[in-house]
Amino acid sequence: MAASLSPVEFRVPPVDAVALETRAADLATRSIKKRAKVQGLCLAVSMMDLTTLEGMDSPGKVRQLCGKARRPLPTRPDVPPCAAVCVYPDLVPIAVEALRGSPVQVASVATGFPAGRTDRQTKLREVELAVAAGATEIDMVIDRGAFLAGRYGLVYDEICAVKEACGAAHLKVILETGELRTYDNMRRACRIALLAGADFLKTSTGKVTPASTLPTVLLLLEAVRDHFLETGRMVGVKAAGGIRTSKDALRYLVLVAETCGDLWLSPRWFRFGASSLLNDVLLQLEKERTGRYQRPADFSAD
Amino acid sequence: MAKHVDKADPVAAPELRFGGVWQYEPAPETTDHCAIAARYQLYIGGQWTKPRSGEYLATIDPATERPLSEVALAGDRDVDAAVKAAQKAFPAWRARSGEDRARYLFRIARILLERAREFAVLETLDNGKPIKETRDVDVPLAAQHFFYHAGWADKLDLLFPGQRPQPLGVIGQVIPWNFPLLMAAWKIAPALAAGNTVVLKPAETSPLTALRLCEVFEQAGLPPGVANVVTGDGRTGAALVRHPGLAKVAFTGSTEVGKEIQRAVAGRGVELTLELGGKAAHLVFEDAALDQAVEGVVRGIFFNQGHVCCAGSRLLVQESVHDLFVDKLRRRMGRIRVGPPLDKNTDMGAIHSQAQLARIRELVAAGVDEGARLHQTACDLPAKGFWFPPSMFTGVSMSHRIAREEIFGPVLSVLTFRTPEEAVEKANNTSYGLSAGIWTDKGARVLWLAARMQAGVVWNNTFNRFDAASPFGGYKESGFGREGGRQGLRAYVRLAGGLSPG
Repeated sequence: MAASLSPVEFRVPPVDAVALETRAADLATRSIKKRAKVQGLCLAVSMMDLTTLEGMDSPGKVRQLCGKARRPLPTRPDVPPCAAVCVYPDLVPIAVEALRGSPVQVASVATGFPAGRTDRQTKLREVELAVAAGATEIDMVIDRGAFLAGRYGLVYDEICAVKEACGAAHLKVILETGELRTYDNMRRACRIALLAGADFLKTSTGKVTPASTLPTVLLLLEAVRDHFLETGRMVGVKAAGGIRTSKDALRYLVLVAETCGDLWLSPRWFRFGASSLLNDVLLQLEKERTGRYQRPADFSAD
Repeated sequence: MAKHVDKADPVAAPELRFGGVWQYEPAPETTDHCAIAARYQLYIGGQWTKPRSGEYLATIDPATERPLSEVALAGDRDVDAAVKAAQKAFPAWRARSGEDRARYLFRIARILLERAREFAVLETLDNGKPIKETRDVDVPLAAQHFFYHAGWADKLDLLFPGQRPQPLGVIGQVIPWNFPLLMAAWKIAPALAAGNTVVLKPAETSPLTALRLCEVFEQAGLPPGVANVVTGDGRTGAALVRHPGLAKVAFTGSTEVGKEIQRAVAGRGVELTLELGGKAAHLVFEDAALDQAVEGVVRGIFFNQGHVCCAGSRLLVQESVHDLFVDKLRRRMGRIRVGPPLDKNTDMGAIHSQAQLARIRELVAAGVDEGARLHQTACDLPAKGFWFPPSMFTGVSMSHRIAREEIFGPVLSVLTFRTPEEAVEKANNTSYGLSAGIWTDKGARVLWLAARMQAGVVWNNTFNRFDAASPFGGYKESGFGREGGRQGLRAYVRLAGGLSPG
């Protein structure tokens, strides 16, 4: 396991809340129509981590979700498959089986999701088991308790350890921005995760409100952009929780397009974590094709 | 971070790329709800009146150079008729209760908002500024000024307790081309709220929204003569400010013309407020929220193509973060979308006029000659119309013309400082004093600096924010008097003072 860094390494520039929110609101006024809208929505589908993280999840539900992820709109081959299906660790084998032969990745939450209130050994073991079961992406949660207590080294060490346990699997680090509260905290958490080797920074578990917001994702994008310009290493961003409409999705894509640019406009570097978003995107895509809104019941419920 | 050597992804040099994967489609605002007449007359005493001279001036769309309409050229006799109409309307208007005057102003504000899209499109066509700004800034703020001053109309006694505020009489108002509707609202709303009547002279090159505002006055049933609009050129403005029937002149525009006006009204017992040019400084300290400071600097100089008297045209950045900050700024400038002003995704529109474009080019050439380094973003500018790319000079010294003269265009001059004292000295080393921006995370430093900045407005960690309740105005050659807020209303009343009958 990597040794702790000096606290000096975790210093970050301050963030001004008013100006950050103003910039996010300004970019939210971009008007995305016609071809740009269709292209953006298809891109959004390809970036989606179709997610189900409920106590009542069943193998049947996961299989259905996997089917949806492989072919979101069976009548339209131009609509790409989703990026991944995201489930709890015990359902990873079901998802692996259902997605065999498809480009769709299997993501598993781990490390005592969503609260992360368990010991280090259990967290690491959970990651190892999920990876062994075939998960190619791990969504971990950071130790917010340690973070808010100022024990940044501990947070860093844990991410390093989880990264090691992931092996070849991609590590997404959930900051749970809704619990970090301030943008300064979020920026610092980004720094810690970036230094610890995260492959993705992810906003939220979806279990805490507020989850993903435009200013928060803008902040994450600025952090990965600066890290890239400093080190040459690209890190992805995943906006998760509370994203339900096509309009929201396009607004996030605008943030990506105007902050990080072309390199990040791919499912390799930007993801949406969502469950109900997909059907709204499909509804809009069909509306662009036919000129009419379909009934919501025309799209499979999952 | 020595222990963690990042595994570099196969990306050659760490530089960002933009615009190759996903492009926005053109998103033009429709113009069919905004009919423009072939010709506009003068609005005098509630009547659309032909100019005695029979002369008209063309007004064009600066983004395409297409003629939009022509407006009357008011001469001395037309101006005289307008002042007389305002004089005639004055006794009845001042005699109305404040509550009654408020009703008209509220009505004007509401109609402005109802017709917001029409006004936004018209302003964009006539001025060249992007629809995003007219829609989100110019028109809502103009309406806010009417709402705000409507609220004061029946409370003037509370605003100036024991001083029995009285209106002055007929106010002559001359406004510039950079915020045509907004400036008209800034001038007219407080004047009418306080019981004055006005004659407004819009800029020669952007008269259309002020004329459409007259349609709103008609729609609101404003009594004839309370607000009059005379279009024309510099001669019209000169005739207005020289007219003996005025009680006060309010002018927003260039320092040069402001000085002429001050000479013209000297010794006549006419009140005067001037809001003139500027060469505002942003002070960026190393502890500032740099990414947000970049946003503020961009907003400060590229908002409205830099045609803003309080534009933050000088960037003073602490030497320790100069290179980093300039890098960030350069990248961010590349994201400014310059193009058709009616496109909803356009961030920066057309330069307002050929003359202004020539002035910007001249000063930019002077900057290059004097040895400063010019950075311009690579953007495809339309062939027709007046255009200038977002520009930044680094390596500027205090003696350069681009550090001293108001460019009134999208050109930023970057200088450095090492200590707070040096920052203050450089910021104040200008003949202007309209606004300043302070970017730091330290509260105590903000207060220390704000007390020392010779500027009418000091923004902290933001820039170019306006509100009807906030007084706006300058020091030194940026003029005197305030507009907006309670201080702004003070310029439109005579205070009797004491308790004796006046």
